[in-house]
Amino acid sequence: MKPARFAYHRPRAREEVDRLLADLGEEAKILAGGQSLIPILNMRLAAPTHLIDINGLEDEPVEPGLADGVVTLGPLVRHAAAEGSRLVADQLPLLAQTLAHVAHPAIRSRGTVVGSIAHADPAAELPAAIAAIEGEACVRSTSGTRSIAARDLFVSHLETALEPGEWIEEVRMPVQGDRGSAVEEFARRQGDYALCGVVALAARRPLSRVFVTLAYIGMGPVPLCLELPELSPSELAGAPLEDAVRELAHERLEPEDDIHASARYRLWLAERLGVRAARRAAALPEKR
Amino acid sequence: MMYAGPAERVSITLTVNGDVHELAVETRWLLSDVLRHQLELTGTHVGCEHGVCGCCTVLVDGRPARSCLIFAVQADGADVRTVEGLAGRDGRLHPLQTAFRRHHGLQCGFCTPGFLMAALPIYREAPAMTDQELRGALGGQLCRCTGYVGIVEAVRAAAAIEAEGDAT
Repeated sequence: MKPARFAYHRPRAREEVDRLLADLGEEAKILAGGQSLIPILNMRLAAPTHLIDINGLEDEPVEPGLADGVVTLGPLVRHAAAEGSRLVADQLPLLAQTLAHVAHPAIRSRGTVVGSIAHADPAAELPAAIAAIEGEACVRSTSGTRSIAARDLFVSHLETALEPGEWIEEVRMPVQGDRGSAVEEFARRQGDYALCGVVALAARRPLSRVFVTLAYIGMGPVPLCLELPELSPSELAGAPLEDAVRELAHERLEPEDDIHASARYRLWLAERLGVRAARRAAALPEKR
Repeated sequence: MMYAGPAERVSITLTVNGDVHELAVETRWLLSDVLRHQLELTGTHVGCEHGVCGCCTVLVDGRPARSCLIFAVQADGADVRTVEGLAGRDGRLHPLQTAFRRHHGLQCGFCTPGFLMAALPIYREAPAMTDQELRGALGGQLCRCTGYVGIVEAVRAAAAIEAEGDAT
């Protein structure tokens, strides 16, 4: 199908975007990479009266930046640019690992990191990644700017804590330091929405204990973060990790039945993928 | 700032396979439709029209992109390459096309333009890729009749066929 008609605005500066959103209100949608929005328009699941195409913004960074131990991503940094970035590979491998699972190469050419986070699809990978690493979204409007912690940003399915008139001008993620990371997904086709996915971040604690955070993809209305108890290397390699993941997964995750898989199967996947990702993030070999 | 009303047509310049076109497009027109209906380049196929099937994949400024997920107005000034740009003006097939023919990389042919354009940026690296890497690179393209074995073999063989052609 084809999109319904809309008025098209192509601002050149962030301030112009603020004013357009203030003037046009709920009738306007921001068009960045368009890889989630245009399918919705094509299927006429939405028909906004105005589109604000931010691809014409001038002097915007197209590559990730680094400032004070934080990786910064402007609104026009494409998935492919972040995925191929030396800076991201060195400072935030979690992001590069996550991007490898985001859709397909042709989608990653156009889609933006900020756009995917603003879209807040709980089945998408990037919201889970920014929640795992406890990044933040810098938002702005004609009233000014503020920052929202990633774990407060996602309110429900496709819904964020942004107020009317606000938009995300930058996403920030702290560098990883010596924390290990891994991403595990099970999808019917490489790059498709996963039946279940998980982003794991492992921090070394005193006495060689490890603190693992698991951020789940597609297991509830928002990315769900599970913080495991601190575990020793032998506990990570054995049943204590498996028991901890099982207990938290059953308590916190909210998988649903659909045509592709039952909720019960998804929960089973969540346990297995969570255990595997935790071990990989902690750089411990997966027990076969 | 640029503005265009709902039914207004906007002038754009599109370079397609090296030819420069001046066009007047409605803002809601998809690049896929402008290629097919305005420029009559019907080699770009439209399958699902929401980014899943990959049939409409073209190169935009050298990178693969879904032409159904870009408005033509956004491609103003872009350099687009479609399947029509693969074969020489004399009709001589591109090495990738020869490879698809030799390795039975197509049956009905509907998905083929998308596969060819998705493979174009990577076929020279394909011989060194693992099977998983190559399948991952082509993973955004769906074929509903041949299966993928012949397609993967074709993409892997194209660089060698190109070298053969250069030798003759």
